[in-house]
Amino acid sequence: MDIDDVPQEGNRSLGGHRKALYARGADGQLALVPSRGWEAEEIVTRQAVEELDRLAAEAQERARAGTGSALEYHMYKARMDSLMLAQVTRLWHWRVRRHLRPEVFRRLRPALLARYAEALGLDLATLTRIP
Amino acid sequence: MADFQHQHASHCESGVMSAIVRHYGLPFSEPMAFGLASALSFAWLPFVKLGGLPLVAYRMPPKAIIRGLRKPLALDMRFETFRDPARGMARLDELLAQGKVVGLQTSVFWLPYMPEDLRFHFNAHNVLVYGRDAASGDYLLSDPVFEHPVRCTAEDLSRARFARGVLAPKGLLYYPANRPSAPDWGKAIPAAIRKTERIMLKAPLPLIGARGIERAARAVGRLPAQDKDGDVRHSKLFIGHLVRMQEEIGTGGAGFRYLYASFLEEGAELAQRPALKEFSGRLVEIGDRWREFALAAARMIRDRDPLDPPRLAAMLSERAAEERAFFTDLGRAL
Repeated sequence: MDIDDVPQEGNRSLGGHRKALYARGADGQLALVPSRGWEAEEIVTRQAVEELDRLAAEAQERARAGTGSALEYHMYKARMDSLMLAQVTRLWHWRVRRHLRPEVFRRLRPALLARYAEALGLDLATLTRIP
Repeated sequence: MADFQHQHASHCESGVMSAIVRHYGLPFSEPMAFGLASALSFAWLPFVKLGGLPLVAYRMPPKAIIRGLRKPLALDMRFETFRDPARGMARLDELLAQGKVVGLQTSVFWLPYMPEDLRFHFNAHNVLVYGRDAASGDYLLSDPVFEHPVRCTAEDLSRARFARGVLAPKGLLYYPANRPSAPDWGKAIPAAIRKTERIMLKAPLPLIGARGIERAARAVGRLPAQDKDGDVRHSKLFIGHLVRMQEEIGTGGAGFRYLYASFLEEGAELAQRPALKEFSGRLVEIGDRWREFALAAARMIRDRDPLDPPRLAAMLSERAAEERAFFTDLGRAL
């Protein structure tokens, strides 16, 4: 890639930052060039973010309707899935999946709630609330 | 540590290591750190899932660069992990008080200065701490993928260092116990290249190197292009994930091919092997074609082009064939 081809498209997902790329300058040597971002990159980053947002929104609807738990919503909101939440809380995956059910989550012991709150970086009140 | 010089880099680990080596007196570029540690690779690990998608990496696993520079630079790197976050933070303060710069493994998600869209649960991000602000208690960080130094509160930094899950950093910090010494470039550079050649062509597992790219191509070719129950969404997430790992995660661009090309160019001079310069040019072209793949995939994700997994698979197979030929020729030229 030549220095003139380094994309400067203002990739929204970089939040105004520039990232470094190596490209060939006028002297024929490769050198570090700051890039404002590339649309292709923005597309795949936004795709991943939007997928998690979609899962969170669906979980939120279920939780409001009483068919899902607040835990599931907060899990996706923290960009995790049940496997990752199990790894972070050091609980069995099947237990975490069970805790995602609203009737189970409602009766969860405070110690377990605290464990989830800690893993998701929330306080207890937020964890049990559905926004 | 007023004399610490922050430098923007394309990848976190090679950026941190080149900054450490420079700080301790040896002129050392980021591409040289990447290449000398034989960090270029390709790995396709479908049985390790990230958010339900297979792990794909365009480079060697985390810590490969830190470890890989120990031998050529006679660098005595010390690694420390901690069970107790408070002790891990106290040890960091102690090392800073001794005037050291300290590398940390952190989770991207818990670093508050990261742009919102890039905050994923990736636990192997490297940053360098070069001081602490006496008034606020904030840590002064050199995050190499940022243009300028950043700051982070003790609470946030502790959270990022002690994040759990896959590749959990366990508070890992690292620093050199001696000064690096310049290697015999004429020997160290060809040796590092030979190692990368072996990884790309002769890894015992068919999931690593050029054969790994072929495997990835086959997996992409099998993706459904017709919709039934969200199949197309999954196919798009799959190809988007491949591109994200190539361009975004760990950054580097073109799956680190440009970074390695820059290493070959610098190596041509340092090792007095002018042939490497031509290989550098050839690898830049391979990098350009990796970006063509990224662009084609992105266009399909946004429905600017029809979703066509076999076409993407064919592009990946070509990348595999090119890299196989490239590293075969590079090995012969040494």
